[in-house]
Amino acid sequence: MSKFKEEDAYIFNPERECMDREELRKLQLRRLKKVVKYAYDNVEFYRNLYDEAGVKPEDIETLEDIQKLPFITKDDLRKTYPFDLQAAPKEDWVEVHSTSGTTGIPTVAAYTQKDLDIWAECTARGLASVGVHKDDIVNVAYGFGLFTGGHGAQYGAQKIGALAVPMSSGNTQKQMNFLKDFPADYLCCTPSYALYLAESFEKEGIDPQSIPLKGGLYGAEMWTEEIRQKLEGKFGISAQNIYGLTEVIGPGVSTECHFKNGMHIAEDHFYPEIIDPETLEVLPEGTEGEIVFTTLTKTGMPVIRYRTKDLTSITYEKCECGRTNVRMSRIKGRSDDMLKVKGVIVFPKQIEEVLMKMDELSPAYQIVVSRPKTMDEIEVQVEIDQSNFQDSIPNLESFKRLIAKKVREAIGIGVKVTLAEPYSIPRSEGKAVRVIDKRNFD
Amino acid sequence: MTLKQVSVFLENKQGRLWKSLNILKNEDIDIRALSIADTSEFGILRMIVSDPDKAKDALEAEQFAVSFAQVLAIEVDDQPGGLENALDLLNKENINVEYIYAFVEKKTSKALVVLRTDNNDLALSILESNGFSIIDDEAYTI
Repeated sequence: MSKFKEEDAYIFNPERECMDREELRKLQLRRLKKVVKYAYDNVEFYRNLYDEAGVKPEDIETLEDIQKLPFITKDDLRKTYPFDLQAAPKEDWVEVHSTSGTTGIPTVAAYTQKDLDIWAECTARGLASVGVHKDDIVNVAYGFGLFTGGHGAQYGAQKIGALAVPMSSGNTQKQMNFLKDFPADYLCCTPSYALYLAESFEKEGIDPQSIPLKGGLYGAEMWTEEIRQKLEGKFGISAQNIYGLTEVIGPGVSTECHFKNGMHIAEDHFYPEIIDPETLEVLPEGTEGEIVFTTLTKTGMPVIRYRTKDLTSITYEKCECGRTNVRMSRIKGRSDDMLKVKGVIVFPKQIEEVLMKMDELSPAYQIVVSRPKTMDEIEVQVEIDQSNFQDSIPNLESFKRLIAKKVREAIGIGVKVTLAEPYSIPRSEGKAVRVIDKRNFD
Repeated sequence: MTLKQVSVFLENKQGRLWKSLNILKNEDIDIRALSIADTSEFGILRMIVSDPDKAKDALEAEQFAVSFAQVLAIEVDDQPGGLENALDLLNKENINVEYIYAFVEKKTSKALVVLRTDNNDLALSILESNGFSIIDDEAYTI
């Protein structure tokens, strides 16, 4: 039973989102030339980088010429912390955002008013594609603050003219009351938090289907088709994917239309390339690799050929929705979050896909990698579901073996499965921590 | 007449058994019989209690996974061979006993045991027709 109606979904900016590809490439080239020159003229870092590489802004004559420019990485952003990558004069900065900094020095980006306008436009496109109209209420349960999630979704909703509820993450009881008392039509948050909300309603004996949500735009963490099925099933909504990163602009770099066949990149603002993370070679359409972005219009902190570490592939094929903007597939993993266990490369997502197909399990799980002696071990902790528990040790043991077998089939190595009590695996109200690597590599 | 047994999933972690019993205490629920089946990382706590429905609700509200199972409770002579007599009857009918445990309390000269078999109905009629008395809800789930 879905409360989402296909006819609600629409294209926010048809002129740009459905632009003839040749015209779009011309626009991109004009903007690329401009941003490279702008960065070279205003940012010492880019000037030194390009001088060292022996390339000048004038060398950009075609879009392919972008390949003459060196890549920049997270390390470069750390070296230029906090504001050495800013191109616009300080008096033009109006808002600052930052990454969490859990992997080191945070990345900080100051936005100009123009950047905020672009950002609002991009998230508005995403919200429109899940059906948000002027008279709708959008509950924004992404964190507000330095994190880009909350503000990005709010600006997009307001750009449409909808009512944004800046709920922020956490405070689940209040969140539930609001969703009941002045019902939101759309929910924006991390997919793991949306599942947690569904679970919290169920715990109170409220069927999440009775919450009049029509759709949700979920992102800020990796998720799978199986999680989508669960979310759509529980709430009776359309659950669409939104992607972005602080370094580029925040959420809205790409969003899924209701055909859910990849995320349309706002190509008039962000130019994508897929590269082989080892050889750094640019890969052809359809090949999986690391996605690299160049901001074509940002004035605060332009990034040119920024390596995201996110692994995906892109297709230029026209989408059923009518948009011509290139689509990127769901993020398969990050080149830095893949686990190497017993020498085998494992993406946590592969395990999640298996677990989410099993109806007997709750959506919470945790993967613990350890090395008790000399051998790596993966432990997959799953929860017994309150409504499915049966008193039979043989059945519980064979259920464990079944999970282990399916995970083994998916990743190629054996795992230990542990059954945990209901609600005992920590829930997250923001980005879920699903992998704990206890191995000490020092 | 079978009894409604309350089964609770427990992780083998310190304090979980206590927590489940604490919930029952706070609800003023009396435990008549109890056993724990365990594996290396989890166990199942099985109980005959004074109010199984209330016990299940209270435990579930505290996030335990709980289910009911139908079990037989019978009186056997509290002397050598008392239980063996009962099992012999079941064995002859190819009824498999999945698990068995004893009541906490004793009634006169009889011992009370809880049985879970793969054919409770047949087990019940065989035991009854052979003179075993069967404990029912009224007697033991006051």
